[in-house]
Amino acid sequence: MYAVGIDIGSTVTKGVLMTDGIVTGTHRLPTGWSPRETGRRVLADLLARHQVCPGEVQQIVATGYGRQTMEEAHRKITEITCHARGAYHINAAVRTVLDIGGQDSKVVRLGDRGQVVDFIMNDKCAAGTGRFLQVMATQMEVDVSQLEELAAEAKPVQLNNMCTVFAESEVVGLLASGASKASIAAGLLTSVASKICTQAQRVGVVEDVFFSGGLAEIGYLKKVIQEKLGVPVHQSHLAQYTGAIGAALSGMASLEPAGKEQ
Amino acid sequence: MNRPAMMEKIEELRGINSVKIKEASEAGRKIVGMYCVFSPQEIALAAGAIPVSLCGTSNDPVEAAEKELPRNLCPLIKSSYGFAITDKCPYFYFSDILLAETTCDGKKKMYELMGKLKPMHLMNLPQTADGEENLALWKNEMVRFKSYLEDTLKVDITEDKLKEAIKLVNREREAMKRLHQLNAHKPAPLTGMDMMKAQWIKGFNVDKEDGIEMVEQLIREVEENMDALKTAMGQEGPRILLTGVPVGIGSDKVIRLIEEGGGRVVALENCTGYKGLDVLVDETKEPLQALAEKYLSTPCSCMYDNQGRLDLIARMAAEYQVDGVLDLTWQACHTYNIESFFVRDFVREELGLPFIQIETDYSESDAGQLKLRIDAFLETIDTKA
Repeated sequence: MYAVGIDIGSTVTKGVLMTDGIVTGTHRLPTGWSPRETGRRVLADLLARHQVCPGEVQQIVATGYGRQTMEEAHRKITEITCHARGAYHINAAVRTVLDIGGQDSKVVRLGDRGQVVDFIMNDKCAAGTGRFLQVMATQMEVDVSQLEELAAEAKPVQLNNMCTVFAESEVVGLLASGASKASIAAGLLTSVASKICTQAQRVGVVEDVFFSGGLAEIGYLKKVIQEKLGVPVHQSHLAQYTGAIGAALSGMASLEPAGKEQ
Repeated sequence: MNRPAMMEKIEELRGINSVKIKEASEAGRKIVGMYCVFSPQEIALAAGAIPVSLCGTSNDPVEAAEKELPRNLCPLIKSSYGFAITDKCPYFYFSDILLAETTCDGKKKMYELMGKLKPMHLMNLPQTADGEENLALWKNEMVRFKSYLEDTLKVDITEDKLKEAIKLVNREREAMKRLHQLNAHKPAPLTGMDMMKAQWIKGFNVDKEDGIEMVEQLIREVEENMDALKTAMGQEGPRILLTGVPVGIGSDKVIRLIEEGGGRVVALENCTGYKGLDVLVDETKEPLQALAEKYLSTPCSCMYDNQGRLDLIARMAAEYQVDGVLDLTWQACHTYNIESFFVRDFVREELGLPFIQIETDYSESDAGQLKLRIDAFLETIDTKA
C-alpha cells in the first residue's frame, strides 16, 4: 500500500509517493493561483506516472500553506511538523532544519526522535524568502535561477534593507550608483543567508544542520550559511520534497497500530 | 449540556452594563474610569463612586488613534486612546474621572494626551516592587489618590468605608478565582474563550453585588453539570496556559486559534485573567497600607524584575495540569517582549513544558500565519504525549 504527501507551497506544489518507508515517486508543479486545483493535479499526475490506482493509496496527507484547501487529504499537518519528519527521514542525524520557501523562512529544531522541539518563522512579510529574491531579480531583469551564476565571482555589496519594498529602492539606488549586477546578486543572496542564520541562532543551532525548501537548490546560499554558522550544512537532492516526505510519513505512521508511533 | 446557560446571561451583560452606566451617571453617581490591574478600585468605591474598566480590546478604533499616536505602538494603547477620542466607549463617555498609572512608557505618554479630554489622576507606580522604600512610595500614592477623590468629589473617605470596599472587592476576587479554578478539572468544563469572557466582563459591572451573584450562579451551574459538560467537551486536546499581555473580547484571536486547532486554554495567567485574583487585600491591616501591599504584589512585566510571574506560572502549570505555555505579546510591548526570554527558558528548563511566544496585534492580517504556528505548536505537544 502507498501513502502520499502533498506539500502545497506558496510557489511550488510538491507531491511524494511512498511505500514501506521508501520514496517511490515525486512530482512538482508551480502552485499558480489555485492551490486547490494544483494540489489535485499533482496528486493525479503522481499516481498516473507511477501507475498507482487511487484505491492503492491508503492515506493522503496535505501540508503547506494550501493544505486546508485539499479535500482529498485524510489529514492536514503543518509544514513545520512535516519538515521535521521529512528531514529526519532523509538523515536521522539532523537536529536543525533551515527551510527557505517562496514566502516564508523557518528554522525547526528536532529532538532525538525527530520530533519538533522548537521552531521560529518569519513574520507576515516575505523578507528573506524566495519572493524577496524574485522581486529583486525582476528589478535587475534577470531570472532567480541566474542569480547564483551572476554572484559566483563577485564581491557582495552590503544591503541594509531586508524589507522587500525598501530593498527594491535600495537596489535601484545601487544600480544607479554603478554597482554591478553581479555584486548586487551576491549581496542579495548573502542577505537572505544572513536572515536565516539570525533566525537559526535564536532557536540555537545543533548539528546536523539540514537545508530544505525551494532555495536549498542555490549552492551559493548553502556556502554562505555554512560560513556564517560555522558548521557544515547538509543537503539532499530531495530537499525540496522534505515537507511532502514528512507528510507521507505521517500518513504511514497513522496506519500503524495506535501507540506504535509513540 | 454543551455550555452553561449562565454564559449567555454573562454575554448579555455587555449590553446591559452600558445602559446601567448611563442610568447611574444620570442618577448623579460619580464614575471613575480605569485601565489597569494596578488601579485600587476600592478607594473609588469607598468614595461612593463606581469604578469601571475602560474599553481597549477592539481593533476598530485603532485607525482613529493612529492619526495622533505612532503606528508602531502597542494595540492596547492605540485602542484605548482611539475609543476615548471617538466616543465609542460608553464607560469612557460617562466617566467623571480617569485613573491613570505609570506602568509602561507607551501608556504613560498616551495618558498625557488623554488627560486633555477629561480630569485625570496619575498614580506614580515604582519601577520595582521590592524594597520598603517602594512600598512606602506606593502607599503614599494611595493616600494621594484618596485625597484627590475627596477633594474632587467633595466626599469623606473613612476607614470604615475603605474596609467595606476592601471586603466587597475581595469577595469578587474570591468568586472569580473559584470560577477560574473550575478549569483545573481535567477535562476542563469551560472553554478558554468562555472563561476569558466571564473574567473580562467583571470590570464593566456597574453593580458588583449583582456581578458576584451571577458568577456564583455560573459556578453552581458548572458544578452541578460537571459530568455532562466534561462529556460534551469530548476528548480533550493539549491543555494550554496563556500568559503575557491582557486579552478581552475583540483581542481574543489567539485563544480562538488555539481552541479551533484542538487545544484548550485552561489557565489565563494574564492580568485580565487570574493575575489580579491570586492575592487578596489583607482585611486586618490599615486599609491604605493593605491596598498598597496587594497592588504592588502584582507580577507585571513593567517591574524590574518580575520573578513573581515565573512563580505564578509554575504554580498554575501544576494546578491546571497544563501541557504547554503560550506567551502572548502585543506588538511594540517591550516589557512583555523582552521578558519572554526569561519565561521561555523557565518554562522549558524548569517546568519541562513546550513553549511558544506569539507577537501580534489586534488585526486579523496575520491570522493565517498565526494558525500555522499555533497548529504546529499543538502538534509538537501531541507527539510528546
